[in-house]
Amino acid sequence: MADFEPRIVAFLCHWCTYTGADLAGTTRQQYPPNIRIIHLMCSGAVDSIYVLKALIDGADGVLIGGCHPGDCHYQTGNYKARRRVAILKGILNQMGFTEDRIWLRWISASEGKLFADTVTKMVEELKKMGPNPMKQLWDA
Amino acid sequence: MQNGKVKGDRGSVLVIGAGIAGMQSALLLAETGRKVFLLEQGPAIGGYFPLLDKTFPTNSCGVCFMSPTPPAFCPIYECHLHEHIELLPYSEVLKIEGEGGDFRVSVLRKPRFVDPGRCTLCEACIKVCPVEVEREFGGGLEKRKAIYLPFPQAIPHSLVIDPKTCVRCQECVKVCAPGAIDLNMKEEQETINVGAMILGFGFEPFWAQRKGEYGFGRYANVLTSIQFERMLSTSSPTQGVPKRLSDGKRIERIAFIQCVGSRDPSCGQDHCSTICCMYATKQAMIAKERSPDLEVTFFYMDVRPMGKDYERYYERAKGEYGIEYRRCAISTIKELPGSRDLRITYVKEDGTFEEKDFDAVVLSVGFTPPQTIKDLAERMGLLLNPQGFCQTGEFNPAETSVKGIFVGGAFRGPKDIPETVVEGASAAAGAASFLSMYRPPDQKKEYPAEGAISEEVPKIGVFVCHCGEELKKYLSISNLMDEAKGMREVAHVEEVGLACLPEGLDLIKRRIGEHGLNRVVVAGCSHREIRKAMEEMAKAMGFNPYLIEYANIREQCAFVHRNDQELATEKAEVLIRMAVERARKAQPIRKGRAMVVKKGLVVGGGLSGMTVSLRLAEQGYEVHLVEKERELGGNLKEAFYTLKGSDPQALLQNLVREVEKNGMIRIYTGAEVLGFEKRNGHYRTKIRFQGVGGSTLREEKDLDHGVLILATGGKEISPKGYLYGEDSRVITQRQLEKMIHLNDENLKDFRSVVMIQCVGSRDEEHPYCSRICCGHAVKNALKLKERDPGMDVYVLYRDVRTYGFYESYYHEARGKGVIFIRYDLENRPEVTLRNGNLEVSVFDPAMGRPVTLSPDRIVLSTGIEPNDQQELAKIFGVELNSDGFFAEANPKSAPLDSVDRGKFFCGLCHSPNFIEDSISQGNAAAIRAATILSKEAVEEKAYLAYVIKRLCCGCGLCVTVCPYGARVLNEEEGKAEVIGALCQGCGSCVVACRNAASQQRNFEKDLNMAVLDAAIE
Ligand code: FES
Repeated sequence: MADFEPRIVAFLCHWCTYTGADLAGTTRQQYPPNIRIIHLMCSGAVDSIYVLKALIDGADGVLIGGCHPGDCHYQTGNYKARRRVAILKGILNQMGFTEDRIWLRWISASEGKLFADTVTKMVEELKKMGPNPMKQLWDA
Repeated sequence: MQNGKVKGDRGSVLVIGAGIAGMQSALLLAETGRKVFLLEQGPAIGGYFPLLDKTFPTNSCGVCFMSPTPPAFCPIYECHLHEHIELLPYSEVLKIEGEGGDFRVSVLRKPRFVDPGRCTLCEACIKVCPVEVEREFGGGLEKRKAIYLPFPQAIPHSLVIDPKTCVRCQECVKVCAPGAIDLNMKEEQETINVGAMILGFGFEPFWAQRKGEYGFGRYANVLTSIQFERMLSTSSPTQGVPKRLSDGKRIERIAFIQCVGSRDPSCGQDHCSTICCMYATKQAMIAKERSPDLEVTFFYMDVRPMGKDYERYYERAKGEYGIEYRRCAISTIKELPGSRDLRITYVKEDGTFEEKDFDAVVLSVGFTPPQTIKDLAERMGLLLNPQGFCQTGEFNPAETSVKGIFVGGAFRGPKDIPETVVEGASAAAGAASFLSMYRPPDQKKEYPAEGAISEEVPKIGVFVCHCGEELKKYLSISNLMDEAKGMREVAHVEEVGLACLPEGLDLIKRRIGEHGLNRVVVAGCSHREIRKAMEEMAKAMGFNPYLIEYANIREQCAFVHRNDQELATEKAEVLIRMAVERARKAQPIRKGRAMVVKKGLVVGGGLSGMTVSLRLAEQGYEVHLVEKERELGGNLKEAFYTLKGSDPQALLQNLVREVEKNGMIRIYTGAEVLGFEKRNGHYRTKIRFQGVGGSTLREEKDLDHGVLILATGGKEISPKGYLYGEDSRVITQRQLEKMIHLNDENLKDFRSVVMIQCVGSRDEEHPYCSRICCGHAVKNALKLKERDPGMDVYVLYRDVRTYGFYESYYHEARGKGVIFIRYDLENRPEVTLRNGNLEVSVFDPAMGRPVTLSPDRIVLSTGIEPNDQQELAKIFGVELNSDGFFAEANPKSAPLDSVDRGKFFCGLCHSPNFIEDSISQGNAAAIRAATILSKEAVEEKAYLAYVIKRLCCGCGLCVTVCPYGARVLNEEEGKAEVIGALCQGCGSCVVACRNAASQQRNFEKDLNMAVLDAAIE
């Protein structure tokens, strides 16, 4: 288990969090390379299907990053994301996943450091949680 | 010095100072098609705003909304990208010749010693630079090298060398792979020809050392608010946690001292800096969020949150955050030996002394005019006001004393971001009107036609950029190349040195031709860095730019995983695979255009409504001006003099005359709005109005227009209590103003007058500050004293909110013997009748006991409330805030815009305002509207939503979720449709749709799924 390297899929909104992730690079913040970033226009455009599919296909965690409340470039996309994730977590619990595999975080374009810290933390937590149970199912 | 280029023409505008106001002016003028030069003396544009992580009253960032074309990115970046804006960073104005309409400006371009076109920010030079100095940004809490990036988001996005500290050791030159550094760069001189100029010099923070008694610079744990602001940023050395500078311990008890360098004639700063109460409150709130146990105490004279929604913010700070506000005067601050804690001794309102210890003290420094400005002002012939800020007329707030030179923002006086944005826009409107004879030429670039690509089988070219060898340190580029070759439908893979430079772009261009590529993936830096260059290259060769995908293997891979080449390379491979998948599915996008109806509809013919109409007409647009009363004028009819001494009635007559004689403005009086309809690219409004010649016949008419401006005004709150309406000697400030103006008989007998502030403001029913009442009271009090210096005038107040330069009138009033007595909400003054005489009793905190006054008149300072506009808001589909004022898209940086593009607000229907503010808002709304009207057509967004009709069941969910009203249900077909001109491409409707009928161009569900597949493998 010591070698377990979680795989994280991240859906980041174009305006804030994706830019924040860029800023982490510009300012050379280091974080573990376990994350694959998918760029969407808004956190409100993250369909539950994407999250479910990611988990079913074996991702160990899903990070959704959007603008802080009040800062969504499409007014309310992040609030929609927040509601959606709350519902999703309920469904996931029923499916036997721990809801902590989905993280929804508000990270602004100036918070490169916060982005790096978030990923670092998420990797740590997922390591504690162990691999996505779905993966073992597939393997079996 | 090298003598160089001559640029510009009489139609263009030079904006000096690229802070918030300057950027706003530049963006708006550029959006209306004008050529703008944006000059900044520092190496990067942005002013103070990169320092601000969070802004009040939302505690969010929000500055992105400033750009006139939402959804937009940070204004710094928008200015950088705008095709009509030419940035002149690191420049100074040497000389101005000519006059309004035809200026010739000599500009000195200081050498950066680093070529922004070649610097890739690899920072190899920073590592070898031996010089370390304090970083100016954020008050010197951090260090930087002699070669540095001013701040992370700096534009130009390039390093710069500070010649004062550089030791010319040449180390940086040796390690710079792209060869961007040249220590022999010389300064250059350019001549800029423009018709108008806008000054956005901004402000400087008060130099805290000047108030030596507060110990800044002597005591380690006394900070300025500028430093504290920086400390609270998550990117600061303390990562946003408030810590002591002396020992790095977490701060547990912090004091804010207000008005440092404000309201203080002893240091030549007699004005109120307007926003310190708010920014300090914001800092306190953020600090408490970071350190929940933090104890915060404010030491203040008056709290002045007088902007829209500020009062609530202040209440929240006290209630929810438990921040303590102590009204007192500071006596001394001492550093305690050993602990280096600070002991503050202060005098309370009742004159007693108290002391309290703190871990750190923040000095809320005020604003001064930029110190370097005096010289330049003199050379320009620019008048400054007594405080050293730019002098403007009260009714011409955007005009300086020099014809053709306009001003906005903090250089006119300290102000918050929304007002700065409004004034930046107002200055732009001034310039646009002034230059209306020089219409901006249509600068549309012609591009070759594109081939029909969508049907072709993808043939993808992958270009792996190693950023001038830099990425090779962290990634195995050869592995990436090998891997990419095996990806589906990839026809060509090649390594490039620097894809962003002309030679790199050229190579890609050639390969597209040679190999017949119809999709391109660039693996290298973030698309933000390279997109502009790539798209230009593509368009110029007839290649649809939306067929280029970007794999971000630099910012989001190489730079952040520097310690593990193997894993980083593995990740980069996946990132390339994802981009290739995206490219495979991507379709060319050709943006649709909806024709603009170049007319404006202005609802409301008061001050701001008439102002906005005139500005639009001056710029050449037809205006329908709709007023519900029989005549124009609105509330302005009730104003007779201002605090600053101008004549509102003259203004009114002038405006009405101008509006009536302007051939571009069609006035409809006695009008009501019956209906409103949205078309693609324009609106249609149905009105009923009084026919010509005062006929009683009411006509109906449909008006087509491209923009809508609501200027429906507000009204005086009708006071409750204090015997108002029961005793005719209890009147309002407005009534008093009229009496004074008409020289009313009764005035002669007044021996004593009591004014009561905050009547119908800052209470449960109206939980906001009406902003203007303190000024009104001071104005009328001064008038009374002028008539009869012996008259007793009392002002019973809660906080005196004479912000900005109004402070000096407050000062004057006190000097002339007007007596100010403070009261609390719990101890409101009581008005009674005794033997037929008025009597007011109030608890005087200075004396510590109640006092009783027997005035001849009681004057109530009543607040402002909006007209009942519920119905109107419904018709036009705009939102109201909880106080009934129109709600803006973003309270910080789009203060006059509705969420739907093309609808704007100004004047009292937006928030309580002084006359000059309403004028600024009218001007500003006009130029914001002109950004739409100036175009032939509104260009649709690229990533538009669309409907697959076959799958649509007409449930209407997408219509409900769309924040822009861009979705409609076609009743006949029972299918949803998208109004292209309104859709912003957020993707909400795509998620809402249960049948996958709603899709978004190049973000289709199956495309996203394919990318996801590639991400997980
Ligand atoms: S745009 Fe960032 S969350 Fe909506």
